[in-house]
Amino acid sequence: MTNPKDILDPQLKLYESRKNVYPKAVDGKFRRLKWVIMAITLAIYYITPWIRWDRGPYAPNQAVLVDLANRRFYMFGIEIWPHEFYYVAGMLVMAGIGLFLVTSAVGRAWCGYSCPQTVWTDLFQHVERYIDGDRNAQFRLQDAPWGPKKIGKRALKWSVWLFIAFWTGGAWIMYFADAPTLVVDFWSGNAAFVAYATVGVLTLTTFIFGGFMREQVCIYMCPWPRIQTAMMDEKSLTVTYKDWRGEPRGSVKKAEAQPGSFGDCIDCNQCVAVCPTGIDIREGPQIGCITCALCIDACDKVMEQVGRPRGLIDYATLEDADLEKAGQPHNPILKTLFRPRTIVYTAIWGAIGLAMLFALGNRTRIDISANHDRNPVYVQLADGHVRNSYTVNLRNMENRPRDMIVGMTALEGGVMWSNAGSRDGAGQTLVTKVPADSVARLRVYVAAPGVGPTREDFALTVTASDDPEAKDVDEIFFERPETGE
Amino acid sequence: MSEKKRIDEPTGTETVGHEWDGIEELDTPMPRWWLLTLYATIIWAIGYVIVYPAIPLLNSATEGVFGWSSRGDYAMQVAERQKELEPIRQALVSTDIRKLNGSPELMQQAVEGGRSAFKVHCVQCHGSGAAGSKGYPNLNDDDWLWGGDLEAIEYTLIHGIRNPDHDKTRFSQMPAFGRDGILQSNEIQDLVSYVRLLSGREKQSTAARRGAALFEANCTVCHGPDAKGNRELGAPNLTDAISLYGLDRAALTETITNARYGVMPRWGQRLDPATIRMLAAYVHSLGGGETLPALEDIQEDTLDQVATNDQP
Repeated sequence: MTNPKDILDPQLKLYESRKNVYPKAVDGKFRRLKWVIMAITLAIYYITPWIRWDRGPYAPNQAVLVDLANRRFYMFGIEIWPHEFYYVAGMLVMAGIGLFLVTSAVGRAWCGYSCPQTVWTDLFQHVERYIDGDRNAQFRLQDAPWGPKKIGKRALKWSVWLFIAFWTGGAWIMYFADAPTLVVDFWSGNAAFVAYATVGVLTLTTFIFGGFMREQVCIYMCPWPRIQTAMMDEKSLTVTYKDWRGEPRGSVKKAEAQPGSFGDCIDCNQCVAVCPTGIDIREGPQIGCITCALCIDACDKVMEQVGRPRGLIDYATLEDADLEKAGQPHNPILKTLFRPRTIVYTAIWGAIGLAMLFALGNRTRIDISANHDRNPVYVQLADGHVRNSYTVNLRNMENRPRDMIVGMTALEGGVMWSNAGSRDGAGQTLVTKVPADSVARLRVYVAAPGVGPTREDFALTVTASDDPEAKDVDEIFFERPETGE
Repeated sequence: MSEKKRIDEPTGTETVGHEWDGIEELDTPMPRWWLLTLYATIIWAIGYVIVYPAIPLLNSATEGVFGWSSRGDYAMQVAERQKELEPIRQALVSTDIRKLNGSPELMQQAVEGGRSAFKVHCVQCHGSGAAGSKGYPNLNDDDWLWGGDLEAIEYTLIHGIRNPDHDKTRFSQMPAFGRDGILQSNEIQDLVSYVRLLSGREKQSTAARRGAALFEANCTVCHGPDAKGNRELGAPNLTDAISLYGLDRAALTETITNARYGVMPRWGQRLDPATIRMLAAYVHSLGGGETLPALEDIQEDTLDQVATNDQP
């Protein structure tokens, strides 16, 4: 048992407060790549719900729409019904395998460039630098006593953060309803409560995760760093500090005074200053490193200034690092990229994708599903016939209303009618109109002579009147009482 | 164990002191926000215990200052739902039952409402699938003693069957031919043979011929000369394949000897008109419902007259 006093005793350090990270602004090719990726990902996030896609008069015209209320998922030309959820599952599996592929080839590139936590934190840090100044100014502001200037700056910064956070949540809900309508409803107070609740929750989480939690999310809350760390091998790219070249560290002055006794690292700490997760890459690969490569940019700039070759910190595989340490040339890049592991991942990823595309292209747009009603199993009629009833669902997956012809096969003397008709008009087929993109439920009655097998198999079929190719069949059975009384 | 605690060189963190085959565990400090979330959940829990029912006592639990209970929640949801359904019930009562088929949506709502009400009030006798049993009619079939159109079903529901204290009730009483000594037991057996002949269960026989004469003398008043019954009197059709009490010799003998006296409560005094109408729609929808006479054949004044008669 821990003595309660231990928790309060700062000497024991059972709990540690977050060390504020104020990364310094940096420029370089990876920083510019991050700008481009941030612009693309944010553009995708904010613009996608506003893309229109004409699906005719019976379906929404939003290109990407998760219509939870009507249980439909629209993505451009693809419409997914709840019973086709395996396509979504397939996409998730593809996303997973895609992440394995990316991780085995280029390491934690997802973490460093395109994870929403990284993108939003990056955005928030830019806002922070714009308002509070760069790294050192931020340290000074942190230590400064609360006064009008500090309060003003904090209020401004948090307002901007909240504004971004609000729009983050605001954009999210656009995926779940018709975006233009929802915007009007939202601001006129007519949107569903869940819309406001979602925006509220996402505003709060974005504000806290992007503004205050930041690298804590990556290190303590996110499972991906652990999984990705396990996915990487000696042929995966990772940000590497070339200690064999850099150590021992020494300033330019020291190196000039004692030539030959110091490595290339001048211990300027720029790599630490620019790191958004506040780590020192020179300690080696670690869980806190999201491989955003900003330290590479910073180090390259310093190396250029002191006239030493760039790449003291650089993307390298563990294998290449060992080769370089031994003074040998790197493995050919293609040989590193195309190895059994990445090829297998690519093959699985592609196979799932092709299989899903094939299935999407060939899926039926019409479906009949009949259930024999059990209570009662059969009904004896006044004229000695026996009647069974079936609950029949007719699924019309086309975005237009269709007349569907339900037929029956091979039941001696059997006739059918639905709850909309009567036995007087019974026959071998019945026609019913199924609205666009929906399921019609019918109660179908089948009557047949009372003498016969106690259980007789037959089938109910459906065809669309406007497309004879569209048909489906469901095997079902007819039950009778045992002969006698 | 604790004497093995040491500072780990590369990380500068203390180990917990355990060691398994050279593998040691670092005692990395928890982030402070993690601890704060723990405190936050504790504070939340305290609040929860105060405002919601929480602490078990001998007979119940503490009530909580919000006064919330799952029963209360349920009652509120039921009340809300009933409020939502009120317009449908109003529409149902104000629509003439003979015109109900003209509005399929209202009809569908009535059927679904009836499905629920049936499970509460009717399944005790008619069974959960309305298939009935001996003496309790199967409501799925197409054989009706008192009529199977919507209006007739509703009338039966409102006024019940053989409610002696109610003059509008459906009422019929077959004489107990055996018990009251109207027929001798051999005559009853002849009659049974004839009735079974009518529904094709026995072949022609001398007994049946004798029965035919007895039928002519005793039964045609209600069941008709062709034995097809009379719905005005609730007299069953004896020529069809199904029967309320069975068509085997024993059941028929019992019926003719002692007569039957099945009773259904009159629901008009127990249920509101909307629920009764829903029940009528549901029973009618089960597959044996009959169509009403065409509306244009009915005079408007008769309509009104019947409408007032229908009131419980």
